[in-house]
Amino acid sequence: MVLKAFFPTCCTSADSGLLVGRWVPEQNSAVVLAVVHFPFIPIQVKELLAQVQQASRVGVAVLGTWCHRRQEPEESLGHFLEGLGAIFSHEPWLQLCRERGSKLWSCKVTHRQVPTSPDAPGEDQVMLIFYDQRKVLLSQLHPPTALPDHQAGDATASTRGLAAVFDTVARSEALFRSDRFDEGLVRLSHWQSEGVEASIIVELAKQASGPVCLLFAYLLSLISAASACRVFKLWPLSFICSKLSTCEQLRHRLEQLTFIFSTQKAENASQLMRKANMLVSVLLDVALGLTLLSWLHGKDRIGQLADALVPVADWVAEELQHLLQWLMGAPAGLKMNRALDQVLGRFFLYHIHLWISYIHLMSPFIERILWHMGLSACLGLTVSLSILSDIIALLTFHIYCFYVYGARLYCLKICGLSSLWRLFRGKKWNVLRQRVDSCSYDLDQLFIGTLLFTILVFLLPTTALYYLVFTLLRLLVVTVQGLIHLLVDLTNSLPLYALGLRLCRPYRLSAGVKFQVLEHEAGRPLRLLMQINPLPYNRVVHTYRLPSCGCHPKHSWGSLCRKLFFGELIYPWRQRGEKQD
Amino acid sequence: MEDELTFSDIYGGRLALLRRYYSPSCREFCLSCPRLSLRSLTAVTCSVWLAAYGLFTLFEQNKAFPAWPRVDSLNSGICRRPSGNLTAGVWLSLQNSMILSAAIFITLIGLLGYLHFVKIDQETLLIIDSLGIQMTSSYASGKESTTFIEMGKVKDVIINEAIYMQKVIYYLCILLNDPMEPNGISQVVPVFQSAKPRLDCLIEVYRSCQEILAHGKATPTSP
Repeated sequence: MVLKAFFPTCCTSADSGLLVGRWVPEQNSAVVLAVVHFPFIPIQVKELLAQVQQASRVGVAVLGTWCHRRQEPEESLGHFLEGLGAIFSHEPWLQLCRERGSKLWSCKVTHRQVPTSPDAPGEDQVMLIFYDQRKVLLSQLHPPTALPDHQAGDATASTRGLAAVFDTVARSEALFRSDRFDEGLVRLSHWQSEGVEASIIVELAKQASGPVCLLFAYLLSLISAASACRVFKLWPLSFICSKLSTCEQLRHRLEQLTFIFSTQKAENASQLMRKANMLVSVLLDVALGLTLLSWLHGKDRIGQLADALVPVADWVAEELQHLLQWLMGAPAGLKMNRALDQVLGRFFLYHIHLWISYIHLMSPFIERILWHMGLSACLGLTVSLSILSDIIALLTFHIYCFYVYGARLYCLKICGLSSLWRLFRGKKWNVLRQRVDSCSYDLDQLFIGTLLFTILVFLLPTTALYYLVFTLLRLLVVTVQGLIHLLVDLTNSLPLYALGLRLCRPYRLSAGVKFQVLEHEAGRPLRLLMQINPLPYNRVVHTYRLPSCGCHPKHSWGSLCRKLFFGELIYPWRQRGEKQD
Repeated sequence: MEDELTFSDIYGGRLALLRRYYSPSCREFCLSCPRLSLRSLTAVTCSVWLAAYGLFTLFEQNKAFPAWPRVDSLNSGICRRPSGNLTAGVWLSLQNSMILSAAIFITLIGLLGYLHFVKIDQETLLIIDSLGIQMTSSYASGKESTTFIEMGKVKDVIINEAIYMQKVIYYLCILLNDPMEPNGISQVVPVFQSAKPRLDCLIEVYRSCQEILAHGKATPTSP
């Protein structure tokens, strides 16, 4: 098999020295991590490698020699380098050589223990693969499919293929800590040897994060304790809180903030990404909310909104009244049962009258209420959108009531009709066996049953029409609320930090690698450049999606149609932990 | 070592296969698809513009009759039907220029989207013994999308038949190992999907791939 030598691009112009890295026998590949320059004392090099091995649990060893020479080959250097093979014994021993200023490389591999058989080639073929050490160190591989029996935590053995290279470089950070300005015993060349990278802001943030996290965690624990107190568990408040989406959103945000400011450090990279995503999403939310707040509270917009609200509610009620008058007449040319029509129509009209009076009673306080609700925008745009959705729900409460009345009436009618239809055919529903059985009825039972059946059948169009109209109105309101919830969900679950990282630092999130063949000459080893293949955007969103509130409609279109047909009530949002009606 | 051959795809278009032999263990096959033809581009642009002009004349005919009440509300109530002909005319021309500008916009955006997301110019297959197989598609706008499959996952490279619309075509595909079952196949990855070369081209590529795979399996792994 061809021997693959992974060589960092930062070391291609380094001076001659020893190659230090890890040998992966399963893939016959040598991952070079750094170059140790002359002069060095072998004992100190061995000590350094032992230290690094202990700190990072990576089997770092001296793999061979690196020779960056001028045009005329120096014979003494060549012999010296070969002599080093005796001091640092490694199997196989790699000898890489490059002429200064040219692209010609030569590689030689010697196996000491395995005797070369006569028909095998004298030199193993070597393939040089250049990689950018910094990018490979910082990137995170996302394998295409996670194996179901893959155990997390077995760090050394199971990383297969190129993941082993990434793993080796990522865990050998201890080797890259010193740069050439450090007065160390051993002079190394690696990606940080020109100067260790650091950022003042990052360091300050790291120092400040400890106390800040403690403070916020304390405040949040106070808030959670206050919200978990007994008052909220009593029946009216708990019922209202479970129905309002604002409370759900606030609870969700509290959970997220508790997770972000928890004093435990993130265990692995995915937890860190989750924290970062949540933090960025909360910050963006609050920023948008503050923008909305400043826009609302300027130029007396709240007053304008409050002035517009009562006429809008009046207009909705008036339109409903027109609709009911139309239904009470001959809607769409259909002929309704006059008595039932009048009863239902008057019943609903009285409701609307009550509703209008209620709105007019509330109208002096509306501006104040709106002003205080507008303040909630500083908690985030999602909270304001949830409040908006709740306001819509409250303002259209009468439509919801009408829908429930219409649906219940229709449902009763359908139940009665189906049962009397069975009686008409001489059958009965067997509750024990849960099936339809034949039954012999008495004459008077049959007579009354058939009479009731005909009455219900002829009253069906009227009820069905009222049900249809109010269901459509309810579905319209549900659609509007659904769109708002979708927007809130999107803001909650979009991983903005991961998307920003993919946009600005694409090598951080990698789906794999790609190779490019560099200039090749016959007789020289094959040289490839390994680059990081970034993760596509849809996979970024899919992998790093934050968990949302979870209040999605649980039924499919088929079951929805079935429920509509039979008059069963539709509850589009089931909050978590609520029992089904 | 580089050479170029000409083949044809399943529709009869001309394909150019560029073979590069870097070393006995590394080969690259570059298949160039036929470019975007001026004829089809002109046809699409002309049809979109004809549709836009058709809509424009339709609107003009409708507005020739003074039965357009919405103009009043949009001109904030100033316009009454007999005296508002001037403002109505201005609004008319604005609407028509909107249709034509929308047509230009749609054509441009559609063309850019087509070049960036749909039209593949070149497909490359790079096979490196003991590393893996890499497939690159380069789009007409310069975007490149690459997939790399490690050699440990590759079971074999085969030519398979498929029924495509009313034809039976041949395509080259890579079979991937199933980690659960030693003899099973977890996935079939087709190669040269948008170029769709015919069997003669596929046989060339197949032979070279099999040589490299055999070479890889023949040399024993070192201890």
